[in-house]
Amino acid sequence: MTLKLLMGNEAIAYGAVEAGVQVASAYPGTPSSEILSTLAGLALEKGFYAEWSVNEKVALEVAAGAAYAGARALAAMKQVGLNVASDPLMSLAYIGVKGGLVLVVADDPGPHSSQTEQDTRLFARFAKLPVLDPATPREAKEMTRYAFELSEKLLLPVILRPTTRTCHACQDVEIQDTTAVPQPVSGFQRSPNWVIFPNLSARKHVWLNGQQEVARESFENSPFNQLTINEQSDVGIIACGVSYNYVMEALQLTGLEASVLKIGTPYPLPAGPVLQLLQHAKKILVVEEQEPVVEDQVIALAWKTRSTAQISGKYDRLVAREGELNVNKVRAILENFCGRQPHSIEAAVPPELPLRTPVLCAGCSHRASFYILKEAARGKDTLFAGDIGCYTLGAMPPLNTTDTCLCMGASVSIAAGLSRVEPHRQQVAFLGDSTFFHSGIPGLINAVHNGANITLVILDNSTTAMTGHQPHPGLNRTAMGPTDQSINIARMVEACGVEFVRVADPFDLKAALQVAKDALAFAGPAVVIMQRECVAQINKGRHRRINPDLCTECGACIDELGCPAIGKPAGQPEILENCFGCGFCNQVCPVGAIEEV
Amino acid sequence: MKLDIVISGVGGQGSVLASRVLASAGMGLGLDVRTSEVIGMAQREGSVTSQVRLGEKLYGATIPDHEADILLGFELAETVRAVPKLKPGGAIIASASAIVPVSVQLGISSYDQKAMQQYLREQPGRVVLLDLEELAKKAGHPKTGNVIILGALSTLPGLPFEPEQLLQAVLSYIPEKLQNTNKRAFEVGRQSMEVA
Repeated sequence: MTLKLLMGNEAIAYGAVEAGVQVASAYPGTPSSEILSTLAGLALEKGFYAEWSVNEKVALEVAAGAAYAGARALAAMKQVGLNVASDPLMSLAYIGVKGGLVLVVADDPGPHSSQTEQDTRLFARFAKLPVLDPATPREAKEMTRYAFELSEKLLLPVILRPTTRTCHACQDVEIQDTTAVPQPVSGFQRSPNWVIFPNLSARKHVWLNGQQEVARESFENSPFNQLTINEQSDVGIIACGVSYNYVMEALQLTGLEASVLKIGTPYPLPAGPVLQLLQHAKKILVVEEQEPVVEDQVIALAWKTRSTAQISGKYDRLVAREGELNVNKVRAILENFCGRQPHSIEAAVPPELPLRTPVLCAGCSHRASFYILKEAARGKDTLFAGDIGCYTLGAMPPLNTTDTCLCMGASVSIAAGLSRVEPHRQQVAFLGDSTFFHSGIPGLINAVHNGANITLVILDNSTTAMTGHQPHPGLNRTAMGPTDQSINIARMVEACGVEFVRVADPFDLKAALQVAKDALAFAGPAVVIMQRECVAQINKGRHRRINPDLCTECGACIDELGCPAIGKPAGQPEILENCFGCGFCNQVCPVGAIEEV
Repeated sequence: MKLDIVISGVGGQGSVLASRVLASAGMGLGLDVRTSEVIGMAQREGSVTSQVRLGEKLYGATIPDHEADILLGFELAETVRAVPKLKPGGAIIASASAIVPVSVQLGISSYDQKAMQQYLREQPGRVVLLDLEELAKKAGHPKTGNVIILGALSTLPGLPFEPEQLLQAVLSYIPEKLQNTNKRAFEVGRQSMEVA
């Protein structure tokens, strides 16, 4: 055993390796991305297969195929990714697996970097699949190993649901020095049970319902659930996942006494430890983030057993159903629940703080693309449909070139929908390269086939930038290494039937602007591919400077671009140290005052 | 023994590395360690906070408000933003200079550097504001601010690790060719506390 400082996501990857994972697949998404990047880094050395799949649905299907043949497989994604993968997931619960299949879905209460705060524990219950909820990176690793065993015992996928505070927390974690020897794969055996006809579903649904009780029994003595009875107190607290940490620390800070039941297996909730607590405590508080998944099951158990304990949580609004919990919030909840005066600290009022929201990097080509489309559309009533990626920041001032953003791949279809009722407006959609492959293609085919008058701008920066530069099918590398099987986006767009397809360099303002104008003038779907590598992936260009003799201080460079490398530290516009040398601002400056150093 | 450290700054300043260094130094002493960061879009020039916890028995990775022992600030306004994490009387070591965000250039918000410095100086514990840019020049590399602050931290009393142990933890994260620069940066940080 070696003790290593591991992030929760890395711990999950190591847990899978120790369990002898044979196939791992994922689509990146915060806070889940480091699970597969860690696995990909270990794959060659440990002798297993890892891939960045084109989207989450495909990732789960690839993992399912491997598990059909008896291999241990893992698929990882963020919570909204599970929406994309929900079609295979719901059916897979009926069909089941042979080799262990662990589906890691990272939730993001807050949310810190997601469109929704959806609770995957509730999704697991909906899909009728067991779910594990780790409190720490160490527990995440242990749960990953266990999840493979449980999956093979139940013949069902098992969901591991860490949240941001486990995924992106680091802890000292023990890892095995020896590599697990993967089990020999028993191979796919032909059987009608792999083909989901309605009559099979009807039978398998009965089986699936029965497996809920088998899963519940498996959790009865699970080390991931721990009951600590406090004889001095009639208060009982049930805490799930990371909330357990907050409860323990809040108890320490307040000195309040309570029995505590830690839950690591929220669905199906084992009855034993809950009933034991119900017998001991008169007042129960359920502390969990997001939905009352544990609380609902506790209430049902109490009702069935005619327990008279008072149960508090989401339904008496003691515990919020939105946002993230933390020690301070849980402390206030406990003080309120126990009728104690809330703790408060007087602090001096700080000076007004500047807004520091994320912005596109200095030298980011998306800034140029947004500027160009805005210029091309000048004087025309234009709507800009955005999508998911760094380029969602196009919504921020001064760019203001993103009027909508819904979910992965939606921009092109939203623009098409808008065009049906507002044909007098120009409809422009933005899609990143990775998002185009993920789920943008069906929307584009739909726009072509149904003749939608839209302009799609594909912002191709040759990477999946926001989540940490993962490869996608347009590139000559995979998770495992180089490949010559890259898919050309322009040819793909042509193959979708688009008649107007142009590739432009967003840092060539004049030429790219003409292309954008032509695209807007084209009747029917037009596609412009703005091609420039992500600045985080390339070396810096020549630093720029503003010639003070020529600068008229008109402010165009600042007010039009909002580049973090242009500021006014001494009153006049100046190019700062962090200039990337993209050379776009000198094309925007109306008097030619910006020059190469 | 319990030590909670908050590190605040702007995406790209190396706060994640600093938190890993502190955690591994704690691990070297056989302590429980935790770090917590928000990673993702916030790293694009946004506000970032790292939290490091060292102790005998730890639960969560995030430090409750008013409980941190030390606040390390890589940027002036971000240090002010993190003050509510600090316990009354906790120590602050921070950069005195500003990274002015785009929102200020655009006139959407304001940045009063003097008021920020004043507010920090009025905090009840020990407060050291460093001219980090100048010190980085002295160290010979503009990106060594994080290691300079770790060097400064190593002079505080009551830490579980010796300065040399922290330096070794720093170097374990630094590529070969930058080892000497970072040794120098650590030393520059230590010296800055003698005059501060």
